Amino acid sequence: MSEKPLAMRDALLGRIWRAMADNHKIFFTCADFGSPVLDKIRSDFPDRFVNVGIAEQNLINVSAGLALEGYTVFAYAIAPFITMRCYEQIRVNLALLSEVRPMNVNLIGVGAGYSYVVSGPTHQCYEDITLMRALPNFQVLSPADHVTAASLFDRCISKMGSKYLRLDAQVLPALYQESLPDLETGFHIHRTGKTVCFVATGFMLHTALKVADNLEALGLSVGVIDLFDLSTFSAERLHQALASFSGIVTLEEGFRGRGGMDAMMFEFISRRCINARMLNIGVEGAYRFELGNRTELHEQVGIGPEIVQQQVTSFLQSLSN
Amino acid sequence: MHLNDNSVDLRKKAHWVWRETLAIHRRTPETRLASSLSPIELFVALYYGGIIRFDAKNPYAEGRDRCIISKGHGSISMYPIFADLGFFPVEELQRVCQTGSFLGGIPDPVIPGYETVNGSLGHGLGVGSGIALALKRKQSERSVFVVVGDGELHEGANWEAIMFASQHRLDNLNLIVDNNGISMLGYTDEIVSHGQLSARLVAFGWDCFDVDGHDVIAVQQALTQMKIKQEGKPKALIARTLKGHGVPGLENAPLSHIINPKRELIDALLEQNP
Repeated sequence: MSEKPLAMRDALLGRIWRAMADNHKIFFTCADFGSPVLDKIRSDFPDRFVNVGIAEQNLINVSAGLALEGYTVFAYAIAPFITMRCYEQIRVNLALLSEVRPMNVNLIGVGAGYSYVVSGPTHQCYEDITLMRALPNFQVLSPADHVTAASLFDRCISKMGSKYLRLDAQVLPALYQESLPDLETGFHIHRTGKTVCFVATGFMLHTALKVADNLEALGLSVGVIDLFDLSTFSAERLHQALASFSGIVTLEEGFRGRGGMDAMMFEFISRRCINARMLNIGVEGAYRFELGNRTELHEQVGIGPEIVQQQVTSFLQSLSN
Repeated sequence: MHLNDNSVDLRKKAHWVWRETLAIHRRTPETRLASSLSPIELFVALYYGGIIRFDAKNPYAEGRDRCIISKGHGSISMYPIFADLGFFPVEELQRVCQTGSFLGGIPDPVIPGYETVNGSLGHGLGVGSGIALALKRKQSERSVFVVVGDGELHEGANWEAIMFASQHRLDNLNLIVDNNGISMLGYTDEIVSHGQLSARLVAFGWDCFDVDGHDVIAVQQALTQMKIKQEGKPKALIARTLKGHGVPGLENAPLSHIINPKRELIDALLEQNP
């Protein structure tokens, strides 16, 4: 299988568009946010597409109402707005209500991390993993490439409940060329290695693989895991995958030390009594207004390939001491 | 599917619900009394006046009309109604707010009859709009009713829904405003006034009806008219009501939301108004 690079949203929306012809239960809602594939959904299924306007609170409420009537809803907007602008609507009308009533609402947030590079902190999104994983009855899904993003469609259709899909806004290289990610496992081992294993999500998988390449050239082999399901991954299998490492490095394009994937992995290794030390790579907790390309921004906030490699090298040294 | 005919004496029923609501509050002062008294005639007309189709034994039956009571904490007066109609045993009314009961100080969606989460204000109309759109798409002839308070309309999400509903010509959507004019800390006119609310809704593309919210016969007639009217616009009934209706010291008092009348007063009222 050879995959041409594609935006995550177009890959996922393409699956939705194809399914809508036969599956009349799919309803697509958006808060005035588009994509080339969305134009096809708009024109081909006008009865099951609704743009609520720039009104994310109503986006969630209307989507909840449609879901209560049996529709499988995909709600689409920019990541910080579909999570934080309407957090109480999400809490009450999705997370809480789905405790009692069967609902299937899939929030598609575009613009994870720094992917809106020049738009600044209003449009960038470093808090969503923390906030969305705080909600019971919510599945948080964070693909690293468009192949995974498209595969998640199957999860959205097959499993009831509320889900948050955090998608990158940029076109990223495909990382699943040979095989599809295993949705049941919730993570994928891209490299086996020794001593240290990277656990990365979203865009940071690309950084993890780049740093792993550099270290490999220096004779250091590290493991790399793509954790694309941040809520319902197989704990047993992740435990097995991590058991032999003495160091775990988490990499996320979100604030460090504020309850994101780093906290989740701390809880995981503690609960599972995994004897490993942790290094957390994440955005240093401040809003910044500097402009630059994504790599430059990442270096400034502590998650670029160079600074990650330095930190991992020291981490490896500290482990061998 | 059940639709009450006009054989029920609505005035008697409303009085019975008023007494039951006082009795619940007497047993359970944690409940919000004043805001539960203002919408009684609205609830009675909806459920006993032949407006809402329901199936008490199958609360989510496809053929029901959908009713969302968005001003949740002001709907303790729905408890005796749902019990009376058979949604749950009448004995449950004795256990409001007690361990093991599902009838809380603010109703949760686990209570048979409640469609959604209620009480966190400003959610019902948006969800109701989504339901109304879905019913249109399913070509269902069922209607959606959403009961809100005027204080609740300060929440901006309502206005997102108000714009959405007229844009999508949701004429199966019926908003009922318990316009008692008071939120927790005083008169809404002095906090953030809605001006003439019906004029605002009309300007947003809605049809508006106005009624004395304590004249249950007039409410029943207005609701009947509103439900039938399906001419491409969502509809609102602005019901002029009194917070704390019928309770001296509570009625229309600016702080009535947080005043708990003494047991002796409730006992005297129940005795004077058999």
